[in-house]
Amino acid sequence: MRVMPWLHCMRGVVGRELLRFLHQRSRFLAALVRPLVWLFVFAAGFRMALGVAMTEPYQTYILYEVYIVPGLVGMIQLFNGMQSSLSMVYDREMGSMRVLLVSPFPRWYLLVCKLLASTLVSVVQVYVFLAIAWVYGIQAPPMGYLWILPALLVTGFMVGALGLLLSTFVRQLENFAGVMNFVIFPMFFLSSALYPLWRLREGSYLVYQIAALNPFTQAVEMIRFALYERFNPEAILISLAVTLVLLALAILGYNPSRGLMARKGGGD
Amino acid sequence: MAADVPALEVSDLGFAYGEKPVLEAISLAIAAGEFVVLLGPNGAGKTTLFALITRLHDRRCGDIRIGGFDVRRQSVQAHARIGVVFQQPTLDLDLSVARNLAYHGALHGMSRREARRRAMAQLERVGLAEQQATRVRRLSGGQRRRVEIARGLLHEPRLLLLDEPTVGLDVASRRGLVDHAHRLCAEEGVAVLWATHLIDEVRPTDRVLVLHRGRLLADARAEDLTERLGVATLGDAFDRLTGEAPA
Repeated sequence: MRVMPWLHCMRGVVGRELLRFLHQRSRFLAALVRPLVWLFVFAAGFRMALGVAMTEPYQTYILYEVYIVPGLVGMIQLFNGMQSSLSMVYDREMGSMRVLLVSPFPRWYLLVCKLLASTLVSVVQVYVFLAIAWVYGIQAPPMGYLWILPALLVTGFMVGALGLLLSTFVRQLENFAGVMNFVIFPMFFLSSALYPLWRLREGSYLVYQIAALNPFTQAVEMIRFALYERFNPEAILISLAVTLVLLALAILGYNPSRGLMARKGGGD
Repeated sequence: MAADVPALEVSDLGFAYGEKPVLEAISLAIAAGEFVVLLGPNGAGKTTLFALITRLHDRRCGDIRIGGFDVRRQSVQAHARIGVVFQQPTLDLDLSVARNLAYHGALHGMSRREARRRAMAQLERVGLAEQQATRVRRLSGGQRRRVEIARGLLHEPRLLLLDEPTVGLDVASRRGLVDHAHRLCAEEGVAVLWATHLIDEVRPTDRVLVLHRGRLLADARAEDLTERLGVATLGDAFDRLTGEAPA
């Protein structure tokens, strides 16, 4: 098997996605404003009420804004992954999915390329967000910004595959709001993104348990530790395993005719 | 590919959405270099047939072979031999013509240079070489269709599927596209399956497949069909076969 054609295919899919992203400035802005509002408004407001005691991987007591950054990184990826995966099936993307799927490469490979592309788009968003946070004064060790890259790739695939999988279960998806209410918000709020697990435990044991089982918690912790140049083997292993399972299920369940039928209301 | 292997061979194909049959017992073969019109009203099953050939739908019975390759078991070889122009426009409007074609080339495993070389050659043939740097959004409907045909041919397929390619175009553009497709068959040996509901796109010498409510009602040259049915025009022949007007 020759490798080059496969790489050309991947380059094409990734390149197109990045190019489209650059053209859609409003999408970029929206993706950036969301976490920044959380950082500047929510976290700054909570700063007085909520300091975070010394907890791994932090070496000292930290401000709430510092704690929340990895969670917001996860949020950027969560939104981006859901949005691009669902649009692959239901949106304007339908037409271009047809173009993609008539490629002679196997369908699993095309979907992996597509998920990689949307993951890389989210990685760009994350780094711009981290740069703004840096200017604002939230600074991790320089090498930490390199350490998080693999963690971002895993998280991107995880949420992208989850979005793709959802699209095979949710029959008709009128808009993004349903997914936001029933998937994105629960995943985000019932995780360690906004509060450390121990603090959730003080509040409600049930919430704590749900958050501990939430794979998004593991992804956020993986990012958090990586940002401070630390390994969290448990978070990494669980995140990787969840990603692989979701990816396999998403590929097996992906049915391009579903979006086609939904759109055509029965088909021609 | 051996000369006697059909570019497309469909045998006993059936497909249903749930309980509702969309295609039933479709069998047809298209030889290399042949121009075939798939004529049928909206809802006849044309798009579904194309979706099955390109494997967008997969739950079906029957066999589909492209250049002798089974689209399920040998999908890599089969897909490499099909070019498609979809009913709905699928170009990226915000990207240039060249970038749209480059993307398609990459999807077929071509290097940048190879894709660029082929894109230029195809664009020249459809008379759009000078527009290669133009954003697709700024092209006319007819030009966009020609870009899609250039794209469909970029990987030198042996079978080109066009699903109602002239919808929304003016008369001159429509005629231009029909002529172009015929030239492809005659000069390049590409087999073309042209789906339409517009009878005036059919030439007397074209082979016509009449598809109605998921069944193939006729497979003959247009002029032979009218003669056999003893009617003056293909429109009349269509009415006679289906018991209703096509469009």
